[in-house]
Amino acid sequence: MAILTTRALKKHYGRIIAVDGVDMETRDGELLAVLGPSGSGKTTLMRMVAGLEEPSAGELFIDGRSIVGVPPRSRNIAMVFQNYALYPNMTVRDNILFPLRARKMPPDEQRRQLDWVAGILEITDLLDRRPTRLSGGQSQRVALARAMVRTPDLFLFDEPLSSLDAQIRSQARGELRELHDRTGITTLYVTHDQTEALGLADRIMVMEKGTVHQIGTPQQLYYDPADTFVAGFIGDPPMNLLPLDGRIIGVRPEHFHLAAEAPNDEIALALDIEVEHLEFLGAEWLIYGVVRRGVTEQRRPPRVIGRLRQAAMPTLATGETHHFVVTRRDACVFDPETGQRLSQAKVAVA
Amino acid sequence: MRTAARKPLFYAAIVLLVLFTTLPVLYAVITIFKRESELYRFGSNPFLYETSPTLDHLIYLFTDTAFPTFAMNSLIIGLLVVAITVALAVPAAYALARLTGHWGERSGMAIFLVYLIPPTLLFIPLFRIVVALGLANTIWSLVLVLPTITIPFCTWLLLGFFRSVPPQLDEAALLDGCTRLQAFWKVVLPQALPGIGACIVFAFSLSLSNYIYAVTFVSESAARNISAGVPTELIRGDVYFWPSLMAATTVVAIPLGIAYGLLFDYLVRGFQSAGAGGE
Repeated sequence: MAILTTRALKKHYGRIIAVDGVDMETRDGELLAVLGPSGSGKTTLMRMVAGLEEPSAGELFIDGRSIVGVPPRSRNIAMVFQNYALYPNMTVRDNILFPLRARKMPPDEQRRQLDWVAGILEITDLLDRRPTRLSGGQSQRVALARAMVRTPDLFLFDEPLSSLDAQIRSQARGELRELHDRTGITTLYVTHDQTEALGLADRIMVMEKGTVHQIGTPQQLYYDPADTFVAGFIGDPPMNLLPLDGRIIGVRPEHFHLAAEAPNDEIALALDIEVEHLEFLGAEWLIYGVVRRGVTEQRRPPRVIGRLRQAAMPTLATGETHHFVVTRRDACVFDPETGQRLSQAKVAVA
Repeated sequence: MRTAARKPLFYAAIVLLVLFTTLPVLYAVITIFKRESELYRFGSNPFLYETSPTLDHLIYLFTDTAFPTFAMNSLIIGLLVVAITVALAVPAAYALARLTGHWGERSGMAIFLVYLIPPTLLFIPLFRIVVALGLANTIWSLVLVLPTITIPFCTWLLLGFFRSVPPQLDEAALLDGCTRLQAFWKVVLPQALPGIGACIVFAFSLSLSNYIYAVTFVSESAARNISAGVPTELIRGDVYFWPSLMAATTVVAIPLGIAYGLLFDYLVRGFQSAGAGGE
């Protein structure tokens, strides 16, 4: 268990800035997802924590001790790589024992640790295989076992689910979370997949272009995005951003109400929306439309996506224009210049 | 119908190619055991023994010529050249493979280009160096000079092998408690072993076959190796000791051919990956 802190952490390669002044602190034992599009600097940040890259400026601490300049082997940090990086010339057993042997742990203790970790991850019958003869899911378990076996201070996961088939990904996600709850080791989990981050993490740090946009719980990020980037990045489909009276109003797709069915509440937006097409997703419908009236006039009328939480066919039809409202409680207000949020937070700060 | 016709054609082509490549070797092997009277008689079939075969030429080669000394010299030179080459090319190739950016690729290519400079251009300046170091007429001149050919080539060959090892493996080893050297030794090197095997065969065979350095740097018979010694010892004036010449070359060529055959797949893989990496 440990707390990781960064202060004004920077990394640039020549003129290209990968990480541009990151200040963050994990909580003890939490699973913090680092979420961002590719090129946002999240992997570089992780590599600096691991010691695989030296920061250009700034500080890195584990439990208050600076780790800048400490070689990776002395940091007691374990990392699970995207491609798992299992040693192909060794059996699964030797892969898992490798970090223990490198640390010259006594053999009987090695055996105890191996049995423990192989039991948890249910890989006891794979121990004599070569990594080339493992499936994606099995490789992932072995990589996890190799990381867990020496009980590190900090876990780093670099998109560990991205090379798994879609079918077993959600199952693996559940197992990862369970594993984290069992070990309670502080974990940094880098991903570009918001489903993974929202479903797995205690808190999420959203990064873009080397800077941190917001750190918060999945609920905070969803209901209280700190700026228009987070609003447009989190959620599938993301928040609709509409200009009105010199401000930007953010509306989640599920927060559009037909005027006739609107709750009795203060109204922030009243829109005429022309329905372009409908998309059936099983338990819900997505409504793609164009705003015809109700926002600041623009050369091109803004498009919106609404969500209808019902399986039954909606009464709306393509080509029709309907009147929708959004309550003030549901709307987020942003400054169009800075993109920063102006309205009050809705979720209590954890 | 067409596929049925193709198969015999395919095998006929293979048989032809096999004959084309093996006939010279077969001819050489048969010649070794031929009596001179038969060898020089017009009209005798070169592939058949009309008089009984003899071991005389082989015995002559090993007892009455300096061939055993040449072979020993070649072996010593070969082993030392291999050792020097591997010791220098392996770390060089690993470093180049892990150099990020364009410099790694460019230097890899530059090193390969060095290999393309023909020895016929280099032997005069190299001879001055060899003389200045007092190594002329010793096998050490070849031990010193031959790596100038083998190191660039082997570095380039190994570069492809090291590039095919994902850098995440080194990094995983670093995080698992290894130093850079340990990570290289325990994780990266075992996966480049086929490449190193290919390098060993290449460096050894090159040290055997190089003629121009061997002839120019060493004129003393006792210090000569096979490639320079055999032609001078077994060709006297215009008298060719054909059976013994054939024996001298075949004795060396056959084990080397087998080694090449065993490592052929690795060699091709090395060339492919090195070429792809240098694009």
